[in-house]
Amino acid sequence: MAQDETGRELGRHERYRGEYPIIVEGLKTAFGPQVVHQDLDLKVRRGEILGVVGGSGTGKSVLMRAIIGLQRPTEGEVSVFGRSIAGSDPQREIGIRSRWGVLFQGGALFSTLTVGENVEVPLKQFYPDIEPELRHEIARYKVVLSGLPEEAVSKYPSELSGGMKKRAGLARALALDPELLFLDEPTAGLDPIGAAAFDRLTLELKETLGLTVFLITHDLDTLHEICDRVAVIADKKVIAVDTVPNLMELDHPWIQEYFNGPRGRAALTAQALDELRKHMDEPVAAHAVKALDKPPAGKA
Amino acid sequence: MGGIAEYELVEGDDGGTVLVLSGPYLVSTIGAIDQDLRTLEGPIARIDLAGVNEIDTVGAWTATSLSATHEAEIAGASERAERLIEALKNVRAEEEIAAPRLPVWERVPQAMGEKMFDARKGVYGVVGFLGALLVAFASLMRHPSRFRWLALVRQLELVGVSALPIIGLMSFLIGIVIAQQGAVQLAQFGAETLTVNLVGRITLRELGVLMTAIMVAGRSGSAFAAQIGTMRLTEEVDAMQTIGISPMEALVVPRILAAILMMPLLGFYSAGVAIIGGAFVGQFMLGIPFWTFLSRIQDVVPIYDLWVGLIKAPVFGLIVALAGCYHGMNVKGNSEEVGLRTTMAVVTGIFAVIVIDAFFAVFFTEIGWG
Repeated sequence: MAQDETGRELGRHERYRGEYPIIVEGLKTAFGPQVVHQDLDLKVRRGEILGVVGGSGTGKSVLMRAIIGLQRPTEGEVSVFGRSIAGSDPQREIGIRSRWGVLFQGGALFSTLTVGENVEVPLKQFYPDIEPELRHEIARYKVVLSGLPEEAVSKYPSELSGGMKKRAGLARALALDPELLFLDEPTAGLDPIGAAAFDRLTLELKETLGLTVFLITHDLDTLHEICDRVAVIADKKVIAVDTVPNLMELDHPWIQEYFNGPRGRAALTAQALDELRKHMDEPVAAHAVKALDKPPAGKA
Repeated sequence: MGGIAEYELVEGDDGGTVLVLSGPYLVSTIGAIDQDLRTLEGPIARIDLAGVNEIDTVGAWTATSLSATHEAEIAGASERAERLIEALKNVRAEEEIAAPRLPVWERVPQAMGEKMFDARKGVYGVVGFLGALLVAFASLMRHPSRFRWLALVRQLELVGVSALPIIGLMSFLIGIVIAQQGAVQLAQFGAETLTVNLVGRITLRELGVLMTAIMVAGRSGSAFAAQIGTMRLTEEVDAMQTIGISPMEALVVPRILAAILMMPLLGFYSAGVAIIGGAFVGQFMLGIPFWTFLSRIQDVVPIYDLWVGLIKAPVFGLIVALAGCYHGMNVKGNSEEVGLRTTMAVVTGIFAVIVIDAFFAVFFTEIGWG
């Protein structure tokens, strides 16, 4: 069983209440002579959306794979919910595995199963005692929670668009009501409207379900809109973890290039405009309605 | 903390029945009591969640659907429970999960009808493909400089040279089996020496080429389909076309030529190795010396048997390569299709080879090459 920081055993039916569900210390991963991470440290706070950014090939996905136990680290310690992942037996990690959900880049839906059956796979695997009736219901409402129309449950992945596939993948990731959600570039390949909708959905689900989200992204809008903190991977380690405004103050060439480049500034402007609109909305709207209700006398 | 989800029906202050839920209501605990909760007798006025210490969407769903069936109000929900119930309030959850499926008596005729209809498209497709191939050949003859010699040599190596070990081993073993089994039967008439005739004629005329064609279909026909199919998926074929390279000329022609050129050589090689296998059996089981067996072959096998094999071989090569390239060029959509088309390339290739072989058998007998 997992433990929280005080060393107390985490009950099977108890939510994790420690401060850091994911702790990575001194991680080194290497493929043969090629070292991807060296002395990488990262702590993810409970209840936050942590964005992970870095140039192509800096090992963002590798870090995620190391945390969820798909990639064995060469050195260092990865613990999730207080339990060490590195070097532990996959069969014994099952208690932990049912507490996280993963959305892979392409959705990774099983192509021979319908969306609903995809969502049922983890349920069948971990809780065979749930009756089919309830299992079907769970699959259906998870699909709806992920923002798909309910009719989508009987569709095959090949019948879905890219954005819908991601949502279906998200529904499967949420199948077991995880406390921890891993998203690997969820908005990549989506049109701006679809991407913004997916961002909103992520935020909504995090609030409703009380999730901790580990989010790999290249999307500057996502970083500005929904991430509580952002971890920057460069030079084989996490060079900074902070909020976006604080990161922009930092004097690191890659961070400056990333956030203060043309695209970074555009996303920032969009964000500022959004904020402005939110603040102005109510009084302006109220004004406008009043003006319509009572047109100035004499001009009608 | 409490380990299991529990429920209890009690009489409320206002006279209505209250369903009191307690313990963790989670995906991990719900399985044990879900069926009991579903069969509860109404009426229930209120569902009390005050005793629920842990809840997730599954617990919230159970509470929501209970409250919907019994028209009961939910009380004592924690802040988290309220949030979850709110999120699930408007979900109907009635849609069928499995893909819609017709009953057998409708599905079978429908599938057959679709097959027939698609067969027509398939015929058009094959004829169209042959036409495009002929056009590509013709334009290559007009502009021989466009011909891709390097690609042809590469395919010759892949189809022919690298297939030598496996085809050799296969043919050697087949030669042994024919000689050994044939000898057992012929011994009943005291005609063991006719084993030489049997091995020589059957391998040169039929089996050498046929088995080679089947092996080439499995090795190269499938590879053609998979390679070209993958190139279609990654839009390499489209890229070629935009640059002005004809995929027919660049991809299909070298592969088909390679198969046509290599099949007679492989078929002859296969027959030769099979005869050597038979000669081994002669040496060790029948008492016919190895070299005598080989020189007898020249006397007992008519030369037209060799021609029959050599005439059939390029035709088989053409068919196998056509099947591979045609299915490869017709890959659309997703990676699953590549696997499907590869299988179809091998199956149709082998099937067509055997059908054509039957026609050849009748034809050559009719013209007196029996």
